[in-house]
Amino acid sequence: MKRQIPVLLVFAFGVFTLFQFFVPHESSEWVYEFLLDWILIIGVFAMAVGIWSLFRVSVEKIKTRKSGWGYSYITLGSLIAMMVFGFTVRNGEAWGWFFAFVAAIVLAVFLVIQAVIDRGKAYLFAGLAGLCVAAAVVMAALDPAWSIHFQTAEGLQSTMFRAVFDYTLIPIFATMFSLLAFFIASAAYRAFRARNLMATLLLLAALIVMSRFNPFLQPILGEYVAKTSNWLMNVPNMAAQRAIIMGVGLGIAATALKVVLGIERGYMGKG
Amino acid sequence: MRYRPILLFLLILLCFTTALGQEPTDETEGPPDTVVVDSSLLPAPVTNLQARDTEDDNGHSVTLTWDVSTDDGSGRDDVYMYMIYRSMSPEGPFDSVGVAMKGATEHVNSSSKDRAQPDFMPDHTDYYYQVGAVTVGGLITRSDVAGPVQSYGQFFNMGRIPVFVFVVVFCALVVFFVASARKGADLYVRPLAGIEAVDDAIGRATEMGRPILYVLGLGTAEMVATIASFTILGRVAKRVAEYQTKLIVPCYESIVMAVAQEVVKSAYADAGRPDDYDEDSVFFVTSLQFAYVAAVNGIMLRELPATNVYMGKFFAESLLLAETGSIAGSIQIAGTDEIAQIPFFIVACDYTLIGEELYAASAYLGREPILLGSLKAQDLAKAAVVIIALAGLIATTFGWPGFAEALHVEN
Repeated sequence: MKRQIPVLLVFAFGVFTLFQFFVPHESSEWVYEFLLDWILIIGVFAMAVGIWSLFRVSVEKIKTRKSGWGYSYITLGSLIAMMVFGFTVRNGEAWGWFFAFVAAIVLAVFLVIQAVIDRGKAYLFAGLAGLCVAAAVVMAALDPAWSIHFQTAEGLQSTMFRAVFDYTLIPIFATMFSLLAFFIASAAYRAFRARNLMATLLLLAALIVMSRFNPFLQPILGEYVAKTSNWLMNVPNMAAQRAIIMGVGLGIAATALKVVLGIERGYMGKG
Repeated sequence: MRYRPILLFLLILLCFTTALGQEPTDETEGPPDTVVVDSSLLPAPVTNLQARDTEDDNGHSVTLTWDVSTDDGSGRDDVYMYMIYRSMSPEGPFDSVGVAMKGATEHVNSSSKDRAQPDFMPDHTDYYYQVGAVTVGGLITRSDVAGPVQSYGQFFNMGRIPVFVFVVVFCALVVFFVASARKGADLYVRPLAGIEAVDDAIGRATEMGRPILYVLGLGTAEMVATIASFTILGRVAKRVAEYQTKLIVPCYESIVMAVAQEVVKSAYADAGRPDDYDEDSVFFVTSLQFAYVAAVNGIMLRELPATNVYMGKFFAESLLLAETGSIAGSIQIAGTDEIAQIPFFIVACDYTLIGEELYAASAYLGREPILLGSLKAQDLAKAAVVIIALAGLIATTFGWPGFAEALHVEN
């Protein structure tokens, strides 16, 4: 039953989704959208499972003092801090005891982790964690500068949450993305080494296409290079891309069919 | 003072009858009705206005066709657009529901299917339409009323018949070849270098005492590329369990993580080593693209895996991962169906599965006849597509449009 019920469910929903493509009627569309909503609902619950996994792995790293275990504290601290930021709203211009509150919550979590790791001093760490939580509760109850909200009419209103996202995460992402330029350069160097005839052809094609987009070379080389570059992009390149797309489309169809018919059960841990 | 109520009543009656005598104004029409214009300046109306339910849709849509005004492209040539009006009564009032450009002879009036939206258009309700020819000067001449017409959804999209036929034929081919394979037919599948290298790579990792890093990509669990990757992960995990090598699977999505954990756990059980399975070897990292890259790159540089396997959906992070793996000195095997990322993997990895090879890999790894059967069906379908493309090329070259029209997919 453990294997048959998932296969039956996949078959039923797979066949429905296939036929839904050919049935534009509103009722069929409604069921399809209902199923898509379920993906979101399952995703939200699965996120909790994911966070628990991250928590476990990070604690394990700290426990075993693995290489780079200190970063796990940063990961867990950031995770807790961002959660707290997300559920709090500043009421005026002043921050009050807000950051002390966040620090107390983060510290409490660290102490609980320490209590789990160091069983000999578990009571001490658990007691300290309890003190931190008590301090956080007192601060939350007495400080009028901010308050805890699970939902506001205007949506997410946390200044700190947005600030961390806008001024920390986005610049870090931009930095990571900018590394791509250097990696492309090093990858291109490896790809364009003329080791054999095919690599030489690749190099020549690349030179033509690159010179087409070079603002200094284009006036010197004239229209002919631009036309050759366009031809390379629109004819051989496009033909190869379309061939791959066609193969991918058929591969997706065949795999989906195998999954729906229960032939392919790799996603259940059975090939 | 005794006559005050009578006077008040007469005053109200006067106001009421005055209001009744007013012509209703249509604010959407543009120029006010009180403006007197020379009728010779008005454009000729559109003719032969027809309204019908839009075919092959979910309802809430009506298609209008007409013959253009004689002042559109000819005559005074001063028509620059057409306004579409709709009403629930032939007498009006008509509301403006869209515009069509000069020269247009068709307009699809699609409205919302959501009752809460202001432009909700219920099905199975009579509608009447007019089309107004609008001049550059803003003068409008409306056509005769067309209707009644009702919108409704269809139960089969006739425009997708070619796709339906292809799906049915393809399903039949897959079932036929799977059945043939089950009967013991010898099916040849060309070797995939990337997949053949998996065993060597796992052996290398065992010899070096280093782990194997398996990256499922940024796809969600419902994507077919991710599903194919799960199957390959199962095979790799089984081999890893047999060799007693360490496996690391950082996941981008929590549902993917849950499925991957189950896949790896089953693979260890199949290999006869269920106790060796470490639940923390498959873990969730983050659902942010570049944060995920940073985490996986960190793992590569700290753990120095002997082999990195990238299978699934990859986007801008593909080269960031593959180049870092290359710097770390790992053997790298990649497979993706994202065309834009394939060149990056080819350059930075030792072996790359291109496009559909990702889907073939699961069958190839297992060498199970029923999985190989579907590969044969794929090959035949590809041959059919090539033949149809060539036939279409010839038909179009010789001016036989019927062939292309027969295979045309509407929407």
